[in-house]
Amino acid sequence: MPELGRAALVAAFGLILYAAVVGGYAAYRGRRRLLDSATNALFAAFGATAIAALVLLAALAARDFSFEYVARSTSRELPLGYTLAAFWSGQAGSLLLWLLVLTGIASAAVALNRRLVREVLPWTVPIVSAVALFFAFLLVAVASPFATQAAPADGAGMNPSLQNPYMIAHPPMLYLGYVGLTIPFAFAMAALASGRVDERWIVVTRRWTLAAWTFLGFGILLGAKWAYEEVGWGGWYAWDPVENAALMPWLVATAFLHSVMVQEKKDMLRVWNVVLVAGTFALSLFGTFLTRSGVISSIHSFTQSSIGPFFLGFIAVVAAGSIALILWRLPLLRSRTRLESLVSREAAFLYNNLFLVALALTILWGVIYPLVSEAVRGVTVSVGAPYYDFFAVVFGLPLVLLMGIGPVVAWRRASLRSLASQLAWPAGIALLTGVALLLGGAGSSPAGLVGYTLAAFVLTTIVLEFVRGTRARRSLGTSGWWAAFSGLVARNRRRYGGYIVHAAIVLLLVGAVGIGGFSTTREARLAPGESMTVEDYRLVYAGSEERRGANAQEVRAQLAVYRGDEQAGTMAAGKNRYFAEEQTSNEVGIRTDWLRGEDLFVIADQFNEDGSVYLKAIVNPLVNLIWLSGLVFVLGSAVAMWPDAREQRRLAARFAGEGAVARA
Amino acid sequence: METVALVLGALLAAACVVFVARPLLRPARGEDALRPSDPEAEARLRLLEERDRALAALKELEFDHRTGKISDEDYRALVRPLRRAAGEALRALEHEEHREREREEVDVHR
Repeated sequence: MPELGRAALVAAFGLILYAAVVGGYAAYRGRRRLLDSATNALFAAFGATAIAALVLLAALAARDFSFEYVARSTSRELPLGYTLAAFWSGQAGSLLLWLLVLTGIASAAVALNRRLVREVLPWTVPIVSAVALFFAFLLVAVASPFATQAAPADGAGMNPSLQNPYMIAHPPMLYLGYVGLTIPFAFAMAALASGRVDERWIVVTRRWTLAAWTFLGFGILLGAKWAYEEVGWGGWYAWDPVENAALMPWLVATAFLHSVMVQEKKDMLRVWNVVLVAGTFALSLFGTFLTRSGVISSIHSFTQSSIGPFFLGFIAVVAAGSIALILWRLPLLRSRTRLESLVSREAAFLYNNLFLVALALTILWGVIYPLVSEAVRGVTVSVGAPYYDFFAVVFGLPLVLLMGIGPVVAWRRASLRSLASQLAWPAGIALLTGVALLLGGAGSSPAGLVGYTLAAFVLTTIVLEFVRGTRARRSLGTSGWWAAFSGLVARNRRRYGGYIVHAAIVLLLVGAVGIGGFSTTREARLAPGESMTVEDYRLVYAGSEERRGANAQEVRAQLAVYRGDEQAGTMAAGKNRYFAEEQTSNEVGIRTDWLRGEDLFVIADQFNEDGSVYLKAIVNPLVNLIWLSGLVFVLGSAVAMWPDAREQRRLAARFAGEGAVARA
Repeated sequence: METVALVLGALLAAACVVFVARPLLRPARGEDALRPSDPEAEARLRLLEERDRALAALKELEFDHRTGKISDEDYRALVRPLRRAAGEALRALEHEEHREREREEVDVHR
């Protein structure tokens, strides 16, 4: 039913246009009923977009190849899970997902915050609708998923790299992150437009920002897991432009989540915070542009298209509009409070912000430099991993150090003496760790040694923060350690949820240092019966096996894995030859030792006619801590996001009181 | 199939029009104007924010002192201005509420 899909998209476009134009007029002229009508249009646009999405899903499930989109991205033999995931594997489908998530989240944010921000909301509706309008326009005029054709006998299939379970979850997670960042942007710009630049927009968007940031961070990690398993070079993050495209808004959003606390506690950094929100949103658009325009060559980019100029134009409009609004409201945004001391929590947040933004900007330069070079000088250049690694160390290590120091510095000012006494234990344990690692032979990677020493420092600080906090609550008369601990976390969810997120970053660091600094690679050509050794593993090649899979011919090198004299198990690595797609993919073998957190990673590079195989075997120490960090990260975010009934009551009373006065 | 799609599309369009037009069609209840900017309400909100900020800062300071992040000397130096700020915010709010009550009484007498 492509006609219904097209009609639903046209309806969504019309409704969003109405919400943007009439909503803007209503906000400007102060018309309540017009604003209600515009808000209803936004809600209805979500309904219409959902109908379009259902039509596309039904066409995918039925493998209706009269839909060009379905024929381009699926085939009859493609398993159902991947067939449905084709919804977001192509350009038009992913734009539809953007619009669906955006209208859904915007409707929810507007409906849930009607009472809290009556003055800001009138401008939120047209601003968020203006963003949605861009995507609705692309879907209606440039890249419709409902274009039809005479149905071919079979579809072209899906890129083999996308046929991985992590690819089912990774793009929707990223989109929830990218799109979710529209909410703080829309409320911030609405606060500027309405002149209500106090705390209200921050209070209502706090959880939305945190949720979007969590989705984006977790999505990046799922993408890394996909790259680790599917791209098969033995690494997890390659500073690919599309990976960087998601990392940049995440870094700036991280800066915002820290600096917004300074505004809440000290009424400082108001201008900085709106700049960060606008920057985060512009970077999330830039990320979508990089992924979807085909302007760059990337292992994650599967599209060549003509939407690039539209995206660039829209990003320019967003940037110009944001800058104009900020400049217009600059007098209202000026803070009356000043930094009291360079040794204080707010100063630590400021340093953290500078490093995070500097890292994001250097990554941005690395991503756009090849584009600029080609456009201006006509010279094709690429910015490689050494550039990014250098800046990741230069800005990343101080950030990790700040993660350890920041939590023990008091707000307003702290004396160096009390700071030294707070840091004595973490510094001592870090030093001991460093010496022990050096004696254990970890000096082969100086950066790794520094990384592990800093990780020990930060982890000790976090543990001590929990211990000292629990002890302080016990001294207030709370009976029992568990009651004191749970009370501590329940009453300061953002702080202790944040510490859990810090612990996740430390786990990520330990895993990344393990794989980056201490992995071992061996390569060999083996005939059946021959073996190779890597670290304490011995791999015996038993021969190759071939079988027909659901949609590919699969060939696997069968390997027996020995540790010492004992056989630890078997594993297989090989290649898939996909029928419909007529492409070959590497299917690596991974054997995980959960106790050590390490992987034995095997790539079968080449199967020879004489029965031999060319193997590359890698031992990646501690790599599984990277994936574990994703779960800890989500746990920490959930703790920080969990609603606090007392705080909700206090805020409701504050805004209700304000409303009561206004109504009087 | 095409007819079914057309009928469904027409129904969707009609439902959207009704839903969007509903606020404009229902009889007006009270004023149509959005609440205009009220300087008194804004001032009160600012005071409430200042009060909450000062009280939260005091709570945080107590906790930091208890966990050893702040020395006794720093605590004494920092607690005074915070208490003063909280007191000022509370007094200003009380004053605001008092004025409001007076205005309400005048309205009742009229």
